[in-house]
Amino acid sequence: MNENMNDTQWKPWEVFIQVKTGAPHEHAGSVHAPDAELALQNARDVYARRGKAVSIWVVPSECITATKNEDNEIFFDPNDDKIYRYPHFYKVPKGVNLDV
Amino acid sequence: MSNNISNGKDDLFELCLRLGDDCLILGQRLSEWCGHAPILEEDIAMTNIALDLLGQAISLYKYACELEGKGRTEDDLAYFRSSLEFRNSKLVEQPNGDFAVTILRQFIFDSYSYFLYDELKNSADSTIAAIAAKSHKEIKYHLRHSSEWIIRLGDGTEESHNRMNKAVNELWRFSGELFEMDDLSKRLFENGYFPNLSVIYDKWKIYIKDIFEKATLELPSNEIFMQTGGRSGNHTEHLDYILAVMQILPRSFPQAKW
Repeated sequence: MNENMNDTQWKPWEVFIQVKTGAPHEHAGSVHAPDAELALQNARDVYARRGKAVSIWVVPSECITATKNEDNEIFFDPNDDKIYRYPHFYKVPKGVNLDV
Repeated sequence: MSNNISNGKDDLFELCLRLGDDCLILGQRLSEWCGHAPILEEDIAMTNIALDLLGQAISLYKYACELEGKGRTEDDLAYFRSSLEFRNSKLVEQPNGDFAVTILRQFIFDSYSYFLYDELKNSADSTIAAIAAKSHKEIKYHLRHSSEWIIRLGDGTEESHNRMNKAVNELWRFSGELFEMDDLSKRLFENGYFPNLSVIYDKWKIYIKDIFEKATLELPSNEIFMQTGGRSGNHTEHLDYILAVMQILPRSFPQAKW
C-alpha cells in the first residue's frame, strides 16, 4: 500500500475555549485542519456554534508535550502522602471570620 | 392612498420571496453534503451554514405570510409552491458538483448577500431591517468561510486550481442575475425598502477581485452572457428535482407532523 494513503487526514489541532472574559481557556477537544485559520473556523463550527464562547485558541497537537503513564508515580503520587500540602489539613483558629 | 399601501405590501411580499427562496434553495443544496463532505469538519461547517440559511428563510417567509394576510404559513410557502412560483436566482439551484463548485457558488452568493444585507439593515421597512441585521452576523461568517476556501483551492495544488477554474467557467454566467434591477427592484428602491443593486455590484466586484487575486484566479470578462429568469419563475431544470425531494413528504402526507 502506498504510504501516502495511510493518512489522508489533515493534521490535528487541540481546541481551547474561553466561555467568558477572564475565565481560563479550557480544552474542548480536537479538530483536523490544513492550517491555523481553518483550524479556528473548524473549531468554531464543531465546538462553539451552540455553546457560549468569547475566545478560541487552537494549537497544533504536536506542540503539546504530555506526561506518560509511567511518569505518574514520580509526578503525582508524592502529593498523596503529604497531606499538609492541602488547605484542609489546617484548622481555622476560632475568631477568624470565614464569611468575608 | 390605501391602494399605494397595498401595492407596497405586494412588493414587499415579493421581496421576501426573492430573499427567502435564495436562502431555502441554497440551504437545501448545501444540506445534500450532509454525510458526504470531503472531511468531517467541513461536513459540519456546510450543514451549519445550511441551517443558518434555513433560519433566514423561515424569518422571511413568516413576514411574507404576515404581509399577505391569507393565513398561509412558512411551511405552505416552502412545501406547497411549484417551481414556477419560486423566485430564487438560478445560481443557488445549480448542482453541488465537486467541492470547488460548491465553494464557488457559496462564495458568489455570500459576497452578494454580505453587501446586500449590510444595506438592507437600513431598509425603510423595520421588519426587513431587523431580519437583515440578524442575518448579517451569520453571513459575515459564511463569507469568511467561503473566501478562505477560494484562496486555498485557487492557490493550492495544480488540481485544485484547475477545478476552481472549471467551476468559474461553469458558474460565472449565473452571477449577473443577482444584480438585475427589474421594475420591482426599482420600485422597492424608490420607496427606500431596497438598495440600488448596481451599488452593491460595485462593492461586490472589488471584493471578488481581491479574493481572486489572492487565489491566483482570473475574473472572467464582462462580456460573458448572463443567465436570467429565476426571479420571475423561469428556472433551470434542476429546481424541480430539488423541490421533488424537499416537498415529497408534506405533499404525500399533508397532515404529517415532525
